[in-house]
Amino acid sequence: MSGWLSKRGGWLGVYAVVYLVFLYAPIFLLPTFAFNDSTVIAFPLQGFTTEWFSGLSGVPALTGAVKTSLLIAVTSALLATTLGLCAARAGVRYRFPGKGPIMGLIMVPLVLPEIIVGVSLLVVIVSILGLPLSSWTVILGHTLICTPFAVAILNASYQSLDTSLEEAAIDLGETPVSTFRLITLPLIMPGIIASLLISFTISLDEFIIAFFLTGAEPTLPVYIWSQLRFPQKLPIVMALGTILVAASIVMLTLAEIMRRRGLKKAGKKDTGGFL
Amino acid sequence: MSAGQGLSEAKKGLLLAAPPGLYAILLLAVPLGAVLLLSFWSQDFLTLDRTFTLKNYREAFSEPLYMLLLGRSLLISGAVTLVTVLLAFPIAYFVSFHVRPERKSLWIFLITIPFWTSYLIRVFLWKVILGYNGVLNTALLGVGFIDEPLTFILYNANAVVITLAHAFAPFAILPIFVALEKIDRSLLEASRDLGEGTVRTFTRVTLPLAMPGVVAAILIVFIPTIGDYVTPDLVGGPNGLMIANMIQTQFLKLNNAPMGAALAVIAMVSVSVISLLIVLVTMRWSRRGA
Amino acid sequence: MKPLITLSGLHKSFGDVEVLKGIEAEIGEGEFFSLLGPSGCGKTTLLRIIAGFETPTSGVLSIDGRDMSTVPANKRPTNMVFQSYAVFPHLSVAQNVGFGLRRSELSKVEKAKKIEEALGMVGLAGLGGRAAHALSGGQRQRVALARALILEPKVLLLDEPLSALDKKLREQMQSELRRLQRQVGITFILVTHDQEEALIMSDRIAVMFDGQIAQLAPPQELYRRPVSRRVGDFIGVMNFLPAEARLEEGRDIAVEIAGLGRTVLEQEQCPAGFVNGRGAVGVRPESLSVLFDGEQARGEVAEGEVAEVIYYGDMTYYEIALPGAPERLTVSMKNRAGRPVLERGAAARLEWDASSLIYFPS
Ligand SMILES: Nc1ncnc2c1ncn2[C@@H]1O[C@H](COP(=O)(O)OP(=O)(O)O)[C@@H](O)[C@H]1O
Ligand SMILES: [Mg+2]
Repeated sequence: MSGWLSKRGGWLGVYAVVYLVFLYAPIFLLPTFAFNDSTVIAFPLQGFTTEWFSGLSGVPALTGAVKTSLLIAVTSALLATTLGLCAARAGVRYRFPGKGPIMGLIMVPLVLPEIIVGVSLLVVIVSILGLPLSSWTVILGHTLICTPFAVAILNASYQSLDTSLEEAAIDLGETPVSTFRLITLPLIMPGIIASLLISFTISLDEFIIAFFLTGAEPTLPVYIWSQLRFPQKLPIVMALGTILVAASIVMLTLAEIMRRRGLKKAGKKDTGGFL
Repeated sequence: MSAGQGLSEAKKGLLLAAPPGLYAILLLAVPLGAVLLLSFWSQDFLTLDRTFTLKNYREAFSEPLYMLLLGRSLLISGAVTLVTVLLAFPIAYFVSFHVRPERKSLWIFLITIPFWTSYLIRVFLWKVILGYNGVLNTALLGVGFIDEPLTFILYNANAVVITLAHAFAPFAILPIFVALEKIDRSLLEASRDLGEGTVRTFTRVTLPLAMPGVVAAILIVFIPTIGDYVTPDLVGGPNGLMIANMIQTQFLKLNNAPMGAALAVIAMVSVSVISLLIVLVTMRWSRRGA
Repeated sequence: MKPLITLSGLHKSFGDVEVLKGIEAEIGEGEFFSLLGPSGCGKTTLLRIIAGFETPTSGVLSIDGRDMSTVPANKRPTNMVFQSYAVFPHLSVAQNVGFGLRRSELSKVEKAKKIEEALGMVGLAGLGGRAAHALSGGQRQRVALARALILEPKVLLLDEPLSALDKKLREQMQSELRRLQRQVGITFILVTHDQEEALIMSDRIAVMFDGQIAQLAPPQELYRRPVSRRVGDFIGVMNFLPAEARLEEGRDIAVEIAGLGRTVLEQEQCPAGFVNGRGAVGVRPESLSVLFDGEQARGEVAEGEVAEVIYYGDMTYYEIALPGAPERLTVSMKNRAGRPVLERGAAARLEWDASSLIYFPS
């Protein structure tokens, strides 16, 4: 035990484990209550049930919210990844006037409070343009906040892609377009997939912006928010949350596998996670 | 293809940066400008009065509630930042210095996962954990640590701090970790070789070199937390509400967008000024250290 | 020599920095041509201009009589072996080698045959099915070569192709590249910062400093008749001694050399031109020798002292301090059987010959 301690950083290692427990505590509680046979979200546990999961299918509003959220998440992920591809390529490969400010502005949503993004888009869309809110307004906001993450992931992809690979393809007679298709795209594909998955996950879970910009059809988090007010609905929310978290974890794991595969493809050594 | 035939490098770069750049200008820079503009207008029941006025700002600074919320928000955000960064540093240090290189990305992955799961549900679960009949109280009662449930941990600022510290943990760990990873390990060996002990090596070499990461962590936690209204709403109780709750109320419930805009501007300006101060102070500090 | 590539007045600037300052050269058909110079002198930039990856700020590049200014990289009769090899990591060896054949009219069978031939040529026969990322550095190098040569370009461009290999492998690849060039008979342009490599492999070498060609000549001429102190110093080892020169009777040049004394040089011994006055005399270490006890001097002799002995096994390098010479002279001697190695501090008789001296005016 003492050997293990000193090897792994001693008390620091113990602290790290306690910290992980702190990080994961809510996530472990989620399924605990989702399968608990009681309408009260509290200990002691009352027994096992899948009632709350089966209750999910019978709520039309929920089905609608899931559909809305999926549509928004898929569209935002595609848009953010496309914009991210352009930005990452421009940032890694080219020097141009105004590069710093432009790249900075694209990355700003990473630190901007989400309420500011929500409010400012709301002001433009409703107060100034007088347009109605809809799923599209949420997509606009989500694309904005997902793009910096896409840029960060794809930056890494482009950085680990040797410039001379593209030059070699041109040298061997390919056009810039066919070079992108034959060389660049396959080599950064893991990054693209990771970016799509991460953006999808962010959009699917995002609440604050969606709350400001959602139209007549609420997104899933907005729907959950409305349900949190009703104590008798809470077990169903727990079940829903369990499914959401499981889906997020699956997607993140896929994204991580993709990221590592990308590194391996490029023959690079792993140096850390996303961002 | 840094440059080939046809377009110059600068033109190609600009052409590529144009779509995301324009998107950010149109949907971020312009809307932020619009918020600023709107904050100088006023709401007259259902109509928007577009004459320039400082009325919203006057009201914001004279109404005690607004100032109370702003002050409390800054305090809570500051506390969250302090707690989060202090708790995060040892983790970042542990992963960077004590975890085998091939295991590092697994640790980083484990640390980031909770961050990606539904924010709303995570916050709600803290309410479950910290509540009167919550997980923490039942557990502590069960082992006989306390005789009656603790009440100071829910529906107040403490709960907000705990919940936000949890939500922003990875944001604090990652930049510190990156900064620590960049430190050339031979520098530390050199310091030891020159006769400094473990602690002095840490304070004289490691910490100053990790400072950029710590500053980044401080900013990346401090700035967004000011804009959170979900956590105060769910676990803050009446005394844990923050400025963002008021902004949200002005926009969505009171239908007074100009007032909400003015509050948003005030909140952002305060946060920016404080952030700038933090950066300046640390820059001063590290220059003196060097 | 029939010129294939003509470079005239090529300039290239990146922002405010002028990297190439007026390059003039003609490169012949079937020639093994090297661009040699210290790192940062603009070799790669020049090579990339020939390949079409950079556009010259001014000047003209023509290949086979055709102005290349409007021809994009993918349409030029050149192919390149990149410094990093740029072997496509997601493709197999055969897919890499056959990459450039995608647009050709050949049938599948013919393509496969060509690929196998190209692989055989670089000594990779039978390895077509390998994944590219599983190759060693030397093998990747060969794939890059085969991939470029299969397109039968008029010019093969090689950017420091051997610098990433270890010494043994590098020497082996040097002779193989030379053999390959003779076999296919096309023009090779090699970029290198290694003067030995350039000497071994090239028909002609352009020595570049600071974006300009300092000297363009075959290896022997470059070594024997460097046109400046800097070239002489960069190619091999050269000793320099201050000297004062005066033109005598219209033909010969009388020089007074610090440490060696007075002698007469011919005009060809001044490849950098001649002016009366102060300058320096350069001499290679192998043109000097140390006389051992009892050995007869055939040239002139200077008396000095052994200041340092560096023993290399097959050779011994002596540093000889001469009275009146500001710097020590390096002398290389073959270690023949029975020949002793002098000790540090021993008296030394240095033999030299006026015909092996080069004079550089300052
Ligand atoms: N794309 C570029 N932008 C700016 N400077 C460059 C670029 N490419 C090369 N340089 C500069 O031009 C000079 C010559 O570079 P290079 O041709 O690569 O030299 P060499 O191959 O002889 O080492 C160097 O100082 C280098 O920094
Ligand atoms: Mg180079």
